[in-house]
Amino acid sequence: MTELTLRGLTKRFGSLTAVEDVTLEIPNGRFVCLLGPSGCGKTTLLRLIAGLEEPSAGQVLVGGQDQTRVPTHKRDFGMVFQSLALFPHLTVAENVAYPLAIRGVDRASRRKRATELLDLVRLPDVGDRRIHQLSGGQRQRVAIARGLAIDPKVFLLDEPLSALDANLREHMQVELRQLQERLGVTTVVVTHDQKEALTMADVLIVMDKGRVQQMGAPMDLYRDPANAFVAGFIGSTNLIPCRLAGRAVELAGTRIELAEGDRVKCADGDAVLSVRPEDVRFAEAGLLARVTFIRDLGESVQFTLDLDGREVSALFAPRERPGVGLGDSVHLAFEPGQRVVLAP
Amino acid sequence: MRSLGALYVIAILLLLAAPLVVVTGVSLNGGQSLNFPPQDMSLRWYGALFQQPDWLGPLRNSVLIAALASLLAVAVALPLALHVWARGGWLGRALYTLGVAPFMLPPVITALGFLVFWISLGMYGQFSATVVSHAVFLVTLPVVTISLGLQAIDPALIEAARVMGAPRAKVLRTVVLPLIVPYMISGYAFAFVLSLNEYIIAYMVAGFTVETLPIKIFNSLRYGYTPIMGVVSVLFVAIAVAVFGLIGRYGNLPRLLGAERVRE
Amino acid sequence: MSAGVGRTTPGWLGAIPAVWLAVLFLIPFAIMLSVSVAQRVPGGFFEPGFELASYARLFTAFFGRILLTSVLIAGGAALICVALAFPFTVILAGMRRRAQTLVLVMLLAVLSLSEVIIGFSLSTLLSRTAGVGNLFAALGLTETSQAYTPGLFALMAGLCYLGFPYAVLVLYPPVSRLDPELGEAARSMGASPLRGFLTVTVPVLRAPILGALILVFVFTLGAYLLPQLLGRPRHWTLSVHITDQAIFQSNLPLAAAMAVVLLLVALAMVGLALLLGRQREAGA
Repeated sequence: MTELTLRGLTKRFGSLTAVEDVTLEIPNGRFVCLLGPSGCGKTTLLRLIAGLEEPSAGQVLVGGQDQTRVPTHKRDFGMVFQSLALFPHLTVAENVAYPLAIRGVDRASRRKRATELLDLVRLPDVGDRRIHQLSGGQRQRVAIARGLAIDPKVFLLDEPLSALDANLREHMQVELRQLQERLGVTTVVVTHDQKEALTMADVLIVMDKGRVQQMGAPMDLYRDPANAFVAGFIGSTNLIPCRLAGRAVELAGTRIELAEGDRVKCADGDAVLSVRPEDVRFAEAGLLARVTFIRDLGESVQFTLDLDGREVSALFAPRERPGVGLGDSVHLAFEPGQRVVLAP
Repeated sequence: MRSLGALYVIAILLLLAAPLVVVTGVSLNGGQSLNFPPQDMSLRWYGALFQQPDWLGPLRNSVLIAALASLLAVAVALPLALHVWARGGWLGRALYTLGVAPFMLPPVITALGFLVFWISLGMYGQFSATVVSHAVFLVTLPVVTISLGLQAIDPALIEAARVMGAPRAKVLRTVVLPLIVPYMISGYAFAFVLSLNEYIIAYMVAGFTVETLPIKIFNSLRYGYTPIMGVVSVLFVAIAVAVFGLIGRYGNLPRLLGAERVRE
Repeated sequence: MSAGVGRTTPGWLGAIPAVWLAVLFLIPFAIMLSVSVAQRVPGGFFEPGFELASYARLFTAFFGRILLTSVLIAGGAALICVALAFPFTVILAGMRRRAQTLVLVMLLAVLSLSEVIIGFSLSTLLSRTAGVGNLFAALGLTETSQAYTPGLFALMAGLCYLGFPYAVLVLYPPVSRLDPELGEAARSMGASPLRGFLTVTVPVLRAPILGALILVFVFTLGAYLLPQLLGRPRHWTLSVHITDQAIFQSNLPLAAAMAVVLLLVALAMVGLALLLGRQREAGA
């Protein structure tokens, strides 16, 4: 069943179009990450879903019902804000039970549900504390518990982990994902951190300039990007200008036959070849490049190479480190079956 | 240089304190005359303030007027500040200007305006006229403090409440109002202290029928000094220090007065 | 449905203060305006009418002298207040929060004091029997104790006492927003603290200082009791004369006419101060 449907959703602020003609369907129970650079419209899209912004055009449907004209407070959603937006004048338990109090749930049931929820986010025994008495990670959990208090139809999170330090963030990503799997609530998270998105999402939606660039399973997007923007934004990649002619590309004066598994996403003519750094290999013959920098990262070694005036990076496991040094000339080969030819 | 600066501040504060020290001394005189240093030190005039009917009346008037006028001022300032904050627009700008204007103009003008207004209504000389006049004059203070409080609210709190199912009125009652209560109290306290000390409006509106403490002191200056005047001055300074001290203790006075960053 | 805090309040909410202030603040001014052109009834209040007799009386040497006295006295007091208050505020804004709060409590306490009490306190301080006269005599500076009130000195002292806390509080927000690194940068480039103050702090805050001067001027212009308590009749300012005409001479039309003039002066000045403030924000 489709839980959340967006149809032609558009939002303009004056002459600026923040979200343009977004149409997509999110099945029930999925964990969706809206990923994109800052200013790409992902937060605006989330706010449109929540009803915090009025769309200039298009519709928002939940469970097949048009919600476009339904005010925010009647949508029965849960939301976690970037600033968390916990109420400083209420206790932790009162914060968590706020959506229930608004719906007229009696005090005893509220108390019981708040305790349940705080247990769920592994924060027992803090119900009577004030928000300012909690650490950043604890506040995060309270905000999540509060967002889940009414078993929301859709759970929305706007950059929820951005205020946490790196270690805690990675930990919370895993925890949030596990929690969502257990509850099965349809969840949409906005993030600009691709690692975070890859960690949590079943479905990744990459946005740029107000438009959806690609939507799909994270690894599908990684292996099979629809365009150069997605290829560059999900993981890192080398984007090398080339000319496409049938099943072969020509770059830096060298013709490379495409193999089975290599994907072509554009018509013949000018194109870019996307090759992940881990798919760049040193070979006996082929493209000639020069080593300009070597970066030892511990878990891997990264070579920066100059290929006909263009920067290419290659990644090796430490044990497979080739015996070449700075300034050396090497021949490059790109792993067959892992190459993607995209529109420039 | 730091210590030189501190010295300057202390010197000025001492100058500001000097008249108050003298007045405190005067209030401790045992006799009828105003000497400093005081002679026959005694607290008898402190008791007299609360016993002599010709001082007790003004004391009661002053406190009652201050309490009621400040309440009225907050009651008007609250919707004003809320409207300016939530809706803005030309009405918001006009309202805010109207809210801060009474305090920016020389009070004599406002006082005269009230005088002719109450004469026209036939309410000249009435207690309620003084209360309402003070409420209008002092509305600026709660307007400013409540506006500061509203600006300090993270807009995400409002949005969060909306997403969690709160309609407009409930957002106002369960989120906005609880958060600005401290600022309402500060505004009330500011208005209270200033109403207690206000002279010209009280005098012009009902000076001959509703005597307040400042009016009573002024009359005593003309028709015979008494150490009770010192007592009232000490009382007023003490009330002001207590009120502002409490705001400073439990609130953020530098922020309330417009500072944005302060070293802890 | 819109973003942020928009429309958190019902639309009619603004009507309450709008009606209240229109009736109780704007209408009194309108009535005052009409009174200023009304006919005076000796011994009573006034008769409605339209004559410019009261305004005509303002174009006399007598009124000119009052206006000049008012402007000179208030202007002098404003200059002294701001000159003292500016360095004070700069030092204050650099203090720790606890110390700042303490000083602010004291300033607010003094600021809220009634003019009656300030006048009474200063006249006591400057009196023969209970004031600095005693101190000077005791120190042998003067033969016998003498009074320093009433007089121009006492009046200026009173107005400065009244205006100083106000000047500090007007200067406080812009001064506290000034980046402390500006002064530190000046010092890192070899300027002495005093030179840094004069070449960086003062010029950067020129507009707020000018704004404060104007606001303190308007504030001291409004003093109505101190000139009576601490000055001599020739030091009486416009505010005193307005009170005098309204209450003791029972000439409401003349008082209203003078108040209208004072209102125009004050409005023009406050408008100028606000304009300066806006330029500052635009420049920042």
